[in-house]
Amino acid sequence: MHKDRLKNTLKHGAIWGFIVLELIFFSVAGEFLSLSDRAFMDVDNMLLLLKQSAPIGIIAVGMTVIMINGNIDLSVGAIFALAAIVMLDSMTWPVFAGLGDGVIPVSWLLALLTGCALGLINGFVVWKTGVDAFIVTLGAMLGYRGLVFMYNGEQPTYHLNWTMVDFAEADILGLESPAIVFLATVLVVWLVMTRTVHGRNAYAIGDNRDAAVNAGIRVGPHIVMNFVLIGFLAALSAVAFYSASGSVNPNDGMLFELWAITAVVLGGTKLTGGRGSVIGTLGGVIAIQILRKGLGHIGADSETVNLVIGTILILVLLLDRQLNRKGAEELKV
Amino acid sequence: MPELNMKSLGGFLARQGILVAFIVFMIGFALWNPRFIDPDNLFGVVRSSAILGVMALGVTFVVIGGNLDLSVGSMMSFSAIVVLDLHENPAFGPALAILAMFALTLCLGAINGYLIGYLRLNSLIVTLGMLSAIHGLTLTYSGGQNMDIANQSATWFDVFGRGTAMGIPIPVLIFGLLAAVLGILLSKTPFGRKVYAVGGNGTAATFSGIPRARVVFLTYMISAFCVATAGLIQASRTMGAQNTVGQGLELEVLAAVILGGASLLGGSGTVFKTVIGVLILGFIQNGLLLAGLEFYVQFVVTWVIIILAVWLDIAAKRGRLLSPIA
Repeated sequence: MHKDRLKNTLKHGAIWGFIVLELIFFSVAGEFLSLSDRAFMDVDNMLLLLKQSAPIGIIAVGMTVIMINGNIDLSVGAIFALAAIVMLDSMTWPVFAGLGDGVIPVSWLLALLTGCALGLINGFVVWKTGVDAFIVTLGAMLGYRGLVFMYNGEQPTYHLNWTMVDFAEADILGLESPAIVFLATVLVVWLVMTRTVHGRNAYAIGDNRDAAVNAGIRVGPHIVMNFVLIGFLAALSAVAFYSASGSVNPNDGMLFELWAITAVVLGGTKLTGGRGSVIGTLGGVIAIQILRKGLGHIGADSETVNLVIGTILILVLLLDRQLNRKGAEELKV
Repeated sequence: MPELNMKSLGGFLARQGILVAFIVFMIGFALWNPRFIDPDNLFGVVRSSAILGVMALGVTFVVIGGNLDLSVGSMMSFSAIVVLDLHENPAFGPALAILAMFALTLCLGAINGYLIGYLRLNSLIVTLGMLSAIHGLTLTYSGGQNMDIANQSATWFDVFGRGTAMGIPIPVLIFGLLAAVLGILLSKTPFGRKVYAVGGNGTAATFSGIPRARVVFLTYMISAFCVATAGLIQASRTMGAQNTVGQGLELEVLAAVILGGASLLGGSGTVFKTVIGVLILGFIQNGLLLAGLEFYVQFVVTWVIIILAVWLDIAAKRGRLLSPIA
């Protein structure tokens, strides 16, 4: 009994324990190695960290839902870029010329709609054709990226609107807009997954699809809804990020899908579906960002970050297998 | 009788659909623009597909064995950077550099194979982690610098990427030779049958006394070998490389393998079909360019074709076009 509880605490709290270890390590190591005399655990530094983790973080929240549902989405990076282009480009459309700064919410809305539409296409194809989501979104990753390049060639798309930048850099108690959007997304999606019928069904479908069908759950619409959600969140991430920067390269967002999946897996969500939590993903995202910043803080080459994160991802998988052998048996793509 | 004929025709189409589609596609393009089947053009396409193709051959083994390999892209960057760096090292010279690069790349493949084969970890996540780790390794190794061969005229290293033999470009020759060898290995040897068995039903394979772990391990070694070969061709062709030369290739490679009809569930696919998949991707790109369309249209077309190909494959197996899921 005691052993079980210990195992559970280890499993669910692991990511937060890891974060604490990271903070201790980088604070102590920073005392000796850091070139700057500011402490790593500085409040400003932590707030900045939350803001920097927002773009991947918002997408990772959507990826959590998709993976709990037993699917995967590799096209989020391309959706991110396309939504950003639509947002920045639509601000210069002659149609909206008379709106003044009123164009800002309009272009935000257009970007979010783009994300929803691209997610809807993915979800609908997965539902109706029965082709594995991995393949559907792999294709979409290529296709959507092609659309990005067709939009403006290899040129960056840019449009700077200072009112929009003010919005993007506004802060409440030191938390800047992207960080607020990220935390709000975590909260809302967590509520959806734990307090609504849709959330419960998403877990059920991911856990055992046949059983869900037999229980009378309409599997298809739930899958579609989750793909629309992740499309929306990828676009929301673009809105939060590009409102401040005002310039998008056609290569932006590449490999975001892999970063997001890494964060989600670190946060304890299973690829097989049915298990996982948005809060865990929040931990995973923060852990990765602390690692990035921390390695820079102690003067390690920025190149080593990838090496360390890749290694940790594999170690987490090993650890998970030791803690949960049954899970290891079920893990199969 | 006519019904039976229809059935066997349908069966043939379901089995060889990708080949039929390829032939129809080629004839269509050839009729529409004769320049398309100009030998120079055809060779050009095969030549530019060779690097992707060589990598796809290895990934075919991994996928048939029921796993994924997302690390091939960054592994290819690694081997290209390493071989170029060692080539410039006076202690090595071209031949030793190539040998050392193959050894190092095979070590990476062995890590993949050990974690996925023997420790039975999830291949998607392991190779995702390896993608990131190898990328970091490459950057650490090169210090973020691009690698170049300083004195290009003093070495025979460019033969793998730029040379020709009997009028055939060497990359095409390597691709063809490797495809033939691996094709025989997969379809005519006990090892090949074991790969299918492990991918088709791992548990049943284990109970039949097939060493599942070792077979999976070897598929990753084959994949790493192919990646090293691709890295060699890449490095030799450009005589220099960036740290990100293979970035994103893992998914294009996978697209070619899937287009060839290998199922991600494992147990199906052939080397020949993968070659067709690679060629289709190459010729689509070429055909669309000849048609005067923008370069990037090919990505959108590839998207549609991949989904259509897999969809029709599944539809033929289940006997209905749409998924029965409510």
